[in-house]
Amino acid sequence: MHTENTAPGGRVSATAAAWAGGCAAWLAAASALAYEPASAAPGRINDPAAGWDHLWHEVIVDITIIGVIFALVMAWFLWRYRARKPGEVGTQSKLSPAAVIGWAVIPTFIFMADDFYLAANGWKLWNDYRDVPADRMEVKLESGMYSWDYTYANGVRTQNVLRVPAGKPVMLRMTSRDTLHSHFIPDFRVKEDSMPGRVTYLWFYPKAPGEHVVSCAEYCGVMHSYMAGKIIVMPEGEFKTWLDQEVAKLAPADKAVDKSAEKTADKPANPPV
Amino acid sequence: MSFNIKEWIFTTDHKRVGVLYLIGSIAAFGVAGIAAMLMRIELSTLGPTITTNPTQYNVWLYAHGAVMILGFQIPALTGFFANYCIPLMIGAKDVAFPRVNALSVWLFYVGIILALLTFVVPDPPDVMWTGYPPYSTITTGNTALYSFTVLVLGFASIIGGVNFLTTVAYMRAPGLKWSNLNIFVWCTLGAFVLQLIFVPVLGTAVTLISFDKYLGTHFFDPSRGGDVLTYQNLFWFYSHPAVYVIFLPFIGVVYEIVATFAKNRVFNHKVVLWGGIGGIVILSGEVWVHHLYVSGMADWIRIGQMVTTLLISIPVGLLVISLAGTLYKGSITFETPMLYALGVLFLFLIGGLTGIPLALTSLTLHLSDTYYVVGHFHYVMAVAGTFAIFGGVYYWFPKITGRMYNERWGKIGFWLTFVGVNIVFWIMMTVGVKGMPRRYYDYSAFPQFESAHQWMTLGAAILGVGFLIAVANWIIGAMKGAPAGDNPWRSQSLEWTTVSPPPHGNWPSPPSVDPDWTPYSYERR
Ligand code: HEM
Ligand SMILES: [Cu+2]
Ligand SMILES: [Cu+2]
Repeated sequence: MHTENTAPGGRVSATAAAWAGGCAAWLAAASALAYEPASAAPGRINDPAAGWDHLWHEVIVDITIIGVIFALVMAWFLWRYRARKPGEVGTQSKLSPAAVIGWAVIPTFIFMADDFYLAANGWKLWNDYRDVPADRMEVKLESGMYSWDYTYANGVRTQNVLRVPAGKPVMLRMTSRDTLHSHFIPDFRVKEDSMPGRVTYLWFYPKAPGEHVVSCAEYCGVMHSYMAGKIIVMPEGEFKTWLDQEVAKLAPADKAVDKSAEKTADKPANPPV
Repeated sequence: MSFNIKEWIFTTDHKRVGVLYLIGSIAAFGVAGIAAMLMRIELSTLGPTITTNPTQYNVWLYAHGAVMILGFQIPALTGFFANYCIPLMIGAKDVAFPRVNALSVWLFYVGIILALLTFVVPDPPDVMWTGYPPYSTITTGNTALYSFTVLVLGFASIIGGVNFLTTVAYMRAPGLKWSNLNIFVWCTLGAFVLQLIFVPVLGTAVTLISFDKYLGTHFFDPSRGGDVLTYQNLFWFYSHPAVYVIFLPFIGVVYEIVATFAKNRVFNHKVVLWGGIGGIVILSGEVWVHHLYVSGMADWIRIGQMVTTLLISIPVGLLVISLAGTLYKGSITFETPMLYALGVLFLFLIGGLTGIPLALTSLTLHLSDTYYVVGHFHYVMAVAGTFAIFGGVYYWFPKITGRMYNERWGKIGFWLTFVGVNIVFWIMMTVGVKGMPRRYYDYSAFPQFESAHQWMTLGAAILGVGFLIAVANWIIGAMKGAPAGDNPWRSQSLEWTTVSPPPHGNWPSPPSVDPDWTPYSYERR
């Protein structure tokens, strides 16, 4: 048994260090959790896509720092402790019990603090993704091998092209008539699977006129990679004109009453199909 | 050593069983690697390149994924390394049930043959290695072949697990305490515990899809009272722990290599066992929903498993710190096995850290099912695991064959693969973040990614050459390498105390160890 201890951290009173580190880590974690995910003030809309870019940036910085520290320490060890002469062996001595605990507890608390910090931020953004603003346009989506079939509230139907007005949140209530599909809009940083027997939803916030690719992100069959569509964001006036024209073309029986004004901001429940 | 094919087929010697596992799994790696190369070539131009039939691509992808995991990595790690090393590391003559062991390797070969039938049956499975219904129950592809392949390979692995748990429990050399077992042994036991608990769940899942498809049941058909998500839960309830079935033994191999080439004790040995390995075994069953973040699961469980997923960073972090710490005050040399082990650390660092965004449910709403995910899991599991396997084969090569491989070609092969994988999988993650979906035969909707795809194909060619050099190096080394001696790396671990290659029964008289002996005690001379 060694009494002298030269291992890293062995000389400092590791128990004291563990307590200090642990308390600091818990404080950090607690403050991260206390960071109450404020829901959007009335009338203000938290755009999940912007939130995604922000959080992504934050996480990339976080993991880059961890990665660079680890890599540098490792590279330094490899250089510093390379074998100088044949037959040499390593000289690391056994950790004292306090150091063993310190080297378990301190990293644990540090990782845990970072985990909770990230979890709190991830959760906040998650709420933005799942709470749909009250002032929204709802469209039903039925996916099938291999097309996206949209139905507007007033009964207008389109295939593979979804036209929406700029400046209004759009929510899709989705189901599938055959296999799994996943309605993926890279530009709006969102996807969710559609499947038979359940209704899922997603929403996005198209702010300016333009076109965006839709692609299928869940393997759904032979032509999976060809299941592409398009979202066309139009100025509000143009969109209205287009929608009115389409309604006019509908047979009376296909027309539906638009009830979208009655929605509240919420996580929508999943009604049966 | 005279060669008698009958002796090999009917062998019950754990070392030969292990070598049979190695040969089978490297062959499987070759086949799945060719499938990967075909995919990469197909993707090198927009639109059709070498096949105009999307199903052809989907079959390659199915075969690549299923064979790499079930036919290469799990059998190489829990079949070859476990068989070859565990009895030698614990100072045993053989495993507890040598005939059961022989049965498991035969079943493994049956499984490999079933998997290879993919390339010859008229309607091969095209359900991806995940086999999700409803597609798997309505496709014209042969889903039954998928189910049987999984069942046979799973069963082979389970009986291996029973065998090794018994072997380590009852056949350790006199004086060898549980806490002084090699870390590789502990890791592998952890992996086998996971296999024993979770493989039956996978068996259930794949059996039920075949019931639905061929017997007319409706487990996953909502129009008749079933539910499609049930399958995904069952599948990942196994297949997430399966990632640790691969991870644990491969990090165990890395420990053996790093300790030997740093000639050092393992840093914080006890915490590795209880915090690292134990922590992973315990947490591994509580994170499967992170594979279902976009599949329509209830919100509360998506959030809950975001937290458990993030917590996995703790045991994994303890392992990485311990590996780095093992270099501290070491006396490090850089032979080929060590290069691969350090390569694993590097790849695993990138793979592990790029998993953190994926743990966050909200970020995954964009990243899921893109090339970002594919790039991430190749770093963290596919390629890191493969590097560990290659490093491990180099490391124990002198023990297995009694001969030495060629060091220079070993290093050349390593560097080619290392450069190649970073080209392929780094670019893969970057196009994924920009929106490239996975499992795409044709990415015409994303023409902007064509040049990135071409770079990936080039990278794949480079890494392919590197792997070929390694395998050629083994074959040539096994036939005419210079005699290696019994312990060329001057390791302290028990497997190096017998002659190379070890005879049937391993030691003339069974070894025993002092109570304060550990496999990593370099200082006490
Ligand atoms: C060594 C060179 C490798 C290359 C060039 C390679 C290439 C690829 C590519 C291009 C894909 C995705 C294609 C797509 O989504 O359309 C893929 C998927 C996959 N690879 Fe690899 N891979 C390699 C090694 C491995 C290894 C060693 C494993 C072992 C586990 C592995 C496991 C997988 C799995 C599970 C998938 C997903 C299959 C699916 O989507 O169902 N790969 N690989
Ligand atoms: Cu689809
Ligand atoms: Cu699809």
